[in-house]
Amino acid sequence: MAASYSYFPGCTLSTTARGYDESGRAICEALGIRLEELKEWNCCGATFPLSVENVMDMVGPARVLIAAKDKEADLATLCAVCFHVLRRTERYLSTHGEAADRLNQFLDKGHYASGLRVRHLLGILRDDVGWEAVSARVSSPLGGMKIAPYYGCMLLRPQIEIDLDDSEGPSVLGELLAALGAEVVPFPHATECCGSFLVVQEPDATQSLSTSVVESARRAGAALLVTACPLCQYNLDRAQTTAGSKPKIPVVYFTQVMAAAFGLAEHAGELRLAEAQR
Amino acid sequence: MTNAPNTTALVIGAGIAGIQASLDIANSGYPVVLVEREPSIGGHMAQLSETFPTLDCSQCILTPRTVEVGRHENIRLCTYSDVESIRPVDGTSDFAVRIRRRASYVDWQKCTGCGVCQEKCPFKVPSLFERGMGARKLVYTLSPQAVPNKPVIDASNCRYLQSKWDIAAGRAPAVDKQGRPSVPKCGACAKFCPTGAIDWDQQDAFVDLHVGAIVVATGYDLFPLTRLPEYGGGLWPDVLDGLAFERLLAASGPTAGKVKRPSDGAEPRHVVFVQCCGSRDPQRGVPHCSKICCMYVAKQAMLYKHRVHDGSATVFYIDVRAGGKGYEEFVTRAQEEDGVVYLRGKVSKIYPDDGHLVIKGVDTLSQKVVDLRADMVVLATAAIPQSDSGTVRDLLGLECDAGGFLSARDDELAPVETGIPGVYLAGTVLGPKDIPETVAQASGAAAKVLARFRQRLLEAAGAAA
Repeated sequence: MAASYSYFPGCTLSTTARGYDESGRAICEALGIRLEELKEWNCCGATFPLSVENVMDMVGPARVLIAAKDKEADLATLCAVCFHVLRRTERYLSTHGEAADRLNQFLDKGHYASGLRVRHLLGILRDDVGWEAVSARVSSPLGGMKIAPYYGCMLLRPQIEIDLDDSEGPSVLGELLAALGAEVVPFPHATECCGSFLVVQEPDATQSLSTSVVESARRAGAALLVTACPLCQYNLDRAQTTAGSKPKIPVVYFTQVMAAAFGLAEHAGELRLAEAQR
Repeated sequence: MTNAPNTTALVIGAGIAGIQASLDIANSGYPVVLVEREPSIGGHMAQLSETFPTLDCSQCILTPRTVEVGRHENIRLCTYSDVESIRPVDGTSDFAVRIRRRASYVDWQKCTGCGVCQEKCPFKVPSLFERGMGARKLVYTLSPQAVPNKPVIDASNCRYLQSKWDIAAGRAPAVDKQGRPSVPKCGACAKFCPTGAIDWDQQDAFVDLHVGAIVVATGYDLFPLTRLPEYGGGLWPDVLDGLAFERLLAASGPTAGKVKRPSDGAEPRHVVFVQCCGSRDPQRGVPHCSKICCMYVAKQAMLYKHRVHDGSATVFYIDVRAGGKGYEEFVTRAQEEDGVVYLRGKVSKIYPDDGHLVIKGVDTLSQKVVDLRADMVVLATAAIPQSDSGTVRDLLGLECDAGGFLSARDDELAPVETGIPGVYLAGTVLGPKDIPETVAQASGAAAKVLARFRQRLLEAAGAAA
């Protein structure tokens, strides 16, 4: 299994969520997945390009799509927001020819028509690699560690466009964690919103949403929360720091859990801490 | 009289539609063959506690009809049976029909319906008739009022049959440790049956006959709870569908009419009803209105309040569609006399918390998000075609609509006829509808059959004269 993918890390993974990027690259290498980072890339635009009905705001993600299209490989992403924006932009442009034509007139580097598959690493692990191969690579099984899979919204919704998993009853993270030897702790808030970018303008709203997610996982008995989104990670962690009253449940990326199970301790992030507490 | 016209009718499906059509035809003096795949007749109506808007006991008004069907000299009842094939008879407009009578492993000629086998069977599985609210034995009838009152053996779970077949197929040793031939395990029902009616070697049997008309009345099913994961359908035991709640309300049900939570048997203090679950939802492929839910939710909320006087009932609705004689008044009565609270809005999520269920919804009249805590939630799930409704459709080559319900030849002026002369439709196989409408439609289909038979007889008499 030496499948090869273009890779778009995105801004957050190059700055505050560097651990996500590094652990992602490490576990891909361990599984024989080749990630080839795009030579030149820019911000996907976060959710801004999709928030207003103006195709010109899609310049950012369109440039990324063009850069990837030249490679003729699927485009792999890790950040749930980048995945969401690139996938929906791709879908929009490939189904709205006229809008795509207009946008293309303003692009300096080629133009985008259709045909690029924008994928999340979770989908690649499930569909291309398979849980058996993931399981076979485990060298330090998690020993039934109680982990709650948290999906949030950007990774799954709207289901008809994103099409990664059932947006109301997803299973991909749980299947991964089970393959790593963890005890999966389902909890009812797994697909609720963390408050997302409202943390900037209305931090109280984010605080309340994120707290309900964390407390729901706590009641379900989780020792660890796992996410695929840097913003979810930030919000869930921040909410616990702000509240400060209860012991923190570490919030880590799924790639860091994989790194821990694969014996790549230097990439396991806060999981090392959780290990120690066990 | 070598060319006497065929005036036998085949009725497929023995819910209230098939029962009504059969009785109307049979009472006019023509023979009827009534085919039902379940062990006994009555369909969904037999599962209901009370009917709207009169609050009649469903079982009480249905039983006289099921009994009449069971005893009628003109009705041949084929329960636990499937229609295997239907073909035109050359040179006539009759149909050659083959019916498969599935092996019940009980000789119904010998069986007296005493019920000892059901008492003695040591194994239980969740009952589909009780919508999982109760259990049944592996030799069973659907209910104590079953017509016919003859049990069938659930072969896929029966210890005796499975071990017998395992030995025969070499999956289990042919001899025991002492070298004697292995014998199948259990067989309690056969040991205690006073008439020796258990027949372990029974095979499926076939009935071949010619009929002059067919009424298709195969009914509806409910949208599966598991397709509503945001409401915890299939995940949380205290989230039920409407039919399951009917069984909890029914005096003949598994709780003898006491409303109890499946999770812990406690009496729920607050029940939330959610209308339009799956229905009126094009994204889930069910754009239609299920028509009966507004009324049965009002009825169920009312009955719950009659059982639990100090309990509270809340209904989430999009709009209340109570078109029918006495229907609007019935809903008003639920609200005003029984204090059922109606909130206009949808529910986004239902999840368990600390022994309760949290219902996150919106009240669009006060424009507020509401978080309710309840002990039980009833989802009024969409009425959809039976999962295998395509079978009879394809046997006859009938048309269906985008949702899978069968289509009439003309929705306005030929609502029970099909494109095939002699084949008629009745009841919810055409689309969701309530009992009065179903019965009227069944009588309409029966009238069409009778007109066809009468015309055939007149033509034959004319030809002879």
